[in-house]
Amino acid sequence: MSIADNTPLPTIDVIDEDEARRLRIRRNDKIGKWLLPMIVMALTIWGWDLVVTFNEIPHYILPGPGLVLRTLIADWAMLFDALLVTLQITLMALAVAVIGGVGLAVLFTQSRWIEMSFYPYAVILQVTPIVAIAPLIFIYVDNRLAGLLLCAWLVAFFPVLSNTTLGLNSADHNLRDLFRIYGATRWQKLRFLQLPSALPYFLGGLRIAGGLSLIGAVVAEYVAGTGGIGSGLAFRILEAGYRLNIPRMFAALLLIAAAGVVIFAGLSFISHMLLRKWHESALKRDG
Amino acid sequence: MSAARPVTPPIDQRSTLLHMRGIDKVFNGDIVALRDMNLTVNQGDFISLLGPSGCGKSTALRIISNLLHPTRGRVEWEGGHGVGDLGVVFQEPTLMPWATVAQNVWLPFRLRGKSYNSVRDEVLEALRLVGLEKFLESYPRELSGGMKMRVSIARAMVTNPRLILMDEPFAALDEITRHKLNNDLLQLKDKIGCTVIFVTHSVWESVFLSDRIVVMAARPGRVLRELQVDAPYPRDEEFRTSSDYAAYCRQTSEALKQAMGESV
Repeated sequence: MSIADNTPLPTIDVIDEDEARRLRIRRNDKIGKWLLPMIVMALTIWGWDLVVTFNEIPHYILPGPGLVLRTLIADWAMLFDALLVTLQITLMALAVAVIGGVGLAVLFTQSRWIEMSFYPYAVILQVTPIVAIAPLIFIYVDNRLAGLLLCAWLVAFFPVLSNTTLGLNSADHNLRDLFRIYGATRWQKLRFLQLPSALPYFLGGLRIAGGLSLIGAVVAEYVAGTGGIGSGLAFRILEAGYRLNIPRMFAALLLIAAAGVVIFAGLSFISHMLLRKWHESALKRDG
Repeated sequence: MSAARPVTPPIDQRSTLLHMRGIDKVFNGDIVALRDMNLTVNQGDFISLLGPSGCGKSTALRIISNLLHPTRGRVEWEGGHGVGDLGVVFQEPTLMPWATVAQNVWLPFRLRGKSYNSVRDEVLEALRLVGLEKFLESYPRELSGGMKMRVSIARAMVTNPRLILMDEPFAALDEITRHKLNNDLLQLKDKIGCTVIFVTHSVWESVFLSDRIVVMAARPGRVLRELQVDAPYPRDEEFRTSSDYAAYCRQTSEALKQAMGESV
């Protein structure tokens, strides 16, 4: 195996036309990936501005982009506080979803009886719309933070649970046989074989759960209503709606969307870093 | 891995390693995968199980490795049998893609609770024997198919097991790589003196590698006859082109043809 399979050709000064064209296409693709969405966004904002200006739409019906931006800056202190509250609930719910989802998945794969007993209820919790359960939760759970967390968790834990369960059961069959032949304990099998096999699946579930826990947090805030100590972005949107402060609604919406994108990007980055050395999904291929 | 080079005695002077006695395996009540299989494996044997698909070759291996329980009969190890007795090589390399080459070879020790540092010499030696000592930190995806198989072989022999089972390990490789690995496997066996049961459906491979060929037939899976290849080890490319080799291949082919004829 010491002989190199293909030594590179000594000189590559002369690039033939086809190769040059392929290089050009690849470079354009790379630029376009970033540039095109930017252009679409710029055009949309510009169009939005034109529509508002030409039709003289009053700002309490549809504010122009400039006004939304000004509101965002003017109300920054209040909106940023609200963003922190929402983010706090989102991230806590995500953490609980990960712990609960992975924990249940491990439990399910350790015992078929437990899986058979409880899996249907996990599905029921998942398919019942959260807006239908949330009012009940706030009746019985006194602590507001706990109620919000519970709502967000209910929405977010299922993808982690189902993906991790799938992953734990997807360990290579021959490797399983090998572990049996070597007399691996249940714990060794879980730790050295099943958990690593499940990692890519878990990370896929985590990315979905990140977005869902934000949705769960926002929905829970809507249902929980009153602000109290910590008022999140959803509450600010409701409040601004009652006051017909439409620019602030847009500004808060903008922040929620941005938070969702950042969460997704962050989780994608974590996923890439964890898988980049070995998993197909994170590998770059030449050509 | 013992340092002294072990010498494998002639076939009739080897001590017994295990017996398979009257083994039947029936799946789902009526599919007979193996009928009355008897086989004595001696220390230092290189046995090929040769036969058409469905003849129970792999089933026999799975019974020896205790992954399957025979419907009747039993496997008796000389002097008892423990966890470290077996090394296994599957048809696919079956490496953990998330672990480096060194970590993959460390696995059998790791499952016995041994830290990497305490067995590093063994891991390095095993990888050196298969010619991959420079790839310790590589991940499986960075290796070619043949190299992955070498890692798999290194993992199977790193604990110096009493018996190595190989289930068509080179079937998925190209002819050239396969020849190379056949040569290397024999050199390896010569160095460490292991006992091997090798499943294959290639006559040429079985003759080149083994000193005992067990020809099996299908439906029901059973042992048809056993042939001995008396050519001395080490065998190399010269043996591959010799008239002896051709004669053994012809003899084995005929036995296999008979096995196919009886089962169709």
